[in-house]
Amino acid sequence: MASTVAEQGEDEDEQDRREAAAGDGGTPVSGTAAGGRAAERRISWRIRLRRDKSLILMTLPAVALLLVFNYLPMVGTITAFQYYDPLDGITNSEWAGLANFRQLFGDPLFWHAMENTLYISAVQLVLFFPIPILLALLLNSVLNSRIRSLIQAITFLPHFYSWVLVVTLFQQMIGGAGLLNQFLREHNAGTWDFMTNPHTFSLLVTSQVVWKDAGWGIIVFLAALSAIDQNLYEAAAADGAGRWRRMWHITLPGMRGVIVLMLVLRLGNALSVGFEQLLIQRFAVGHDAADVLDTFSFYYGIGTQNYSYGAAAGIFKSVISLLLIWGANKLAHRFGEDGLYRK
Amino acid sequence: MTTLTAPPARGRSRPRNPNRPAWEEPPTAVGQTAKGLTLGTVVLLIIVPVYCVVLTSVSTPGAINRAGGLVIVPDGITFDPYSTMLSGGPVRRALLVTFGITAVGTVLSMVVSVLCAYGLSRSRSLGHRFLLMVLVVTMFVSGGLIPTFLVVSELGGYGKYWSLILPSAVSVFNILVLRGFYSSTAAELIDAARMDGASEWRILWSVVLPTSRAVTAVITLFYAVGYWNTFFNVMLYLPTDSQKWPLQYVLYEYVNLGMNMPGQVNSGFGVSGHSQTAPLSLQMAVVVITLLPIMLVFPFMQKHFAKGMLTGAIKG
Repeated sequence: MASTVAEQGEDEDEQDRREAAAGDGGTPVSGTAAGGRAAERRISWRIRLRRDKSLILMTLPAVALLLVFNYLPMVGTITAFQYYDPLDGITNSEWAGLANFRQLFGDPLFWHAMENTLYISAVQLVLFFPIPILLALLLNSVLNSRIRSLIQAITFLPHFYSWVLVVTLFQQMIGGAGLLNQFLREHNAGTWDFMTNPHTFSLLVTSQVVWKDAGWGIIVFLAALSAIDQNLYEAAAADGAGRWRRMWHITLPGMRGVIVLMLVLRLGNALSVGFEQLLIQRFAVGHDAADVLDTFSFYYGIGTQNYSYGAAAGIFKSVISLLLIWGANKLAHRFGEDGLYRK
Repeated sequence: MTTLTAPPARGRSRPRNPNRPAWEEPPTAVGQTAKGLTLGTVVLLIIVPVYCVVLTSVSTPGAINRAGGLVIVPDGITFDPYSTMLSGGPVRRALLVTFGITAVGTVLSMVVSVLCAYGLSRSRSLGHRFLLMVLVVTMFVSGGLIPTFLVVSELGGYGKYWSLILPSAVSVFNILVLRGFYSSTAAELIDAARMDGASEWRILWSVVLPTSRAVTAVITLFYAVGYWNTFFNVMLYLPTDSQKWPLQYVLYEYVNLGMNMPGQVNSGFGVSGHSQTAPLSLQMAVVVITLLPIMLVFPFMQKHFAKGMLTGAIKG
């Protein structure tokens, strides 16, 4: 279906060059939007194509890039059903049927990665998710707008740091040779091994996520807060509702929709926990603690060149993720919220 | 703390904060303190690591030793680590590579995204629903890591710079943000321009782009930061070719993993004769170089974040 668009594009390319040669600002392209959608339908598609060809042409570079680097890989997932050999390519590799999946489901390392993924995801849900909401509430109550925007700016700056940078900064602060441990050593208080301890790895990962992205997460909740009608607060105060009652009966219900939406997104992404973040630290804490589904398909797919095996793990992850999004949305609808899409 | 003179506010009621709504209760001392402490801690947690790293990178080896590693109080200041590093060697190469990738990638991404966003923003144009669907589908369904790697490899991307740019050149999310902005603003202006006989290209260039500078700036910076932070694509496509590594990967290999810099003895890192330069200050200098552009660009971006959503030619 996409190829038809590409062909149309080429035809228009021709036409457009002719028109460009005729000089800029030639014929007015649009029929100045008289009438609504119904009137629009009455115009034949040929005329609309002529009218809109430059608009369609504009979208083509992006569509072309997406076709090559997003849609072609979707087709490429068939390697999961092959014994992919780089020398033969996707077209000539031997078919494997479901052999890769059978091997995958019998692989204890895979289930271990699955377990890690769900565990880290759950820890993040409990310890990370509420923090931006609380910070937004707190920041919203700061009345001085200069101070408020300064704090906001400082807290969302780390969102733009790369994961390598964040991990390095953590290493310098609380790592074995970091600031905290130096301090502890100088005061003979022993050392605290946080960066390389596999048992507390999920906490480490979560604290890094909090440090990097809590400030960024504030933005959407602050927007939700500012959308709440101030008259409601005034009316409630006039009726004698105190600070906390107002928060409970006005602020929180006002944020409910956004909170549910963010929760749905979070649940939909439950299987993709910080790929780069874990990849970078896998060396320090060992694969036993740091392997999640993403790193599993990276190391056992690309690292050992068993591409089909990694692709199979990838498909498994995508399917479960789609089910999770769908399920989370169902849940959101059950609670009377829109979620990601309306019912 | 002893007060010799009475504080000026005593006896009078404190001046009302004009931002506080009339119906709201005055703040309690405990509440104010708790709030201040919490927000202060949050801000310090973010600033202190960066402060220590910056200070260490410009400290003399003696000062670093006295501090037992990272420097918290400024002592002896020197810019040697930066001059040794920028005079040649892997970091300078990586810096050039990163600047190149960021510049080329950002321009490419912006041209493609602005065109696409405008093309999709006229809601009655032919096929825009279909094209929009083509875009949105990629946000939910993806081929996954391995198939993408195989496609790029089979196209000959392995070991080439373009594999760091093209596969991630289009962000559908950014396009949708731009599109939302383009379709909500300046409808009257666009119609007026169309009456005057302007083509769509002309409208985009002389009407839509000038009226949406703020959002364009924000999206440009999103893309630029993305390319500046390129890491995983390097791991996939250029893991062995250290000549082509951008900054983030150099940071990973030499600071995070603690590998030795190639040619550490005679070029770049610790030029022979300068062996007293503590490696730590060099490492921290790499961190600062990676960090600096983001810190410099950020205030600019911050300004636009606030302004971006308010500007519109009609309102102004």
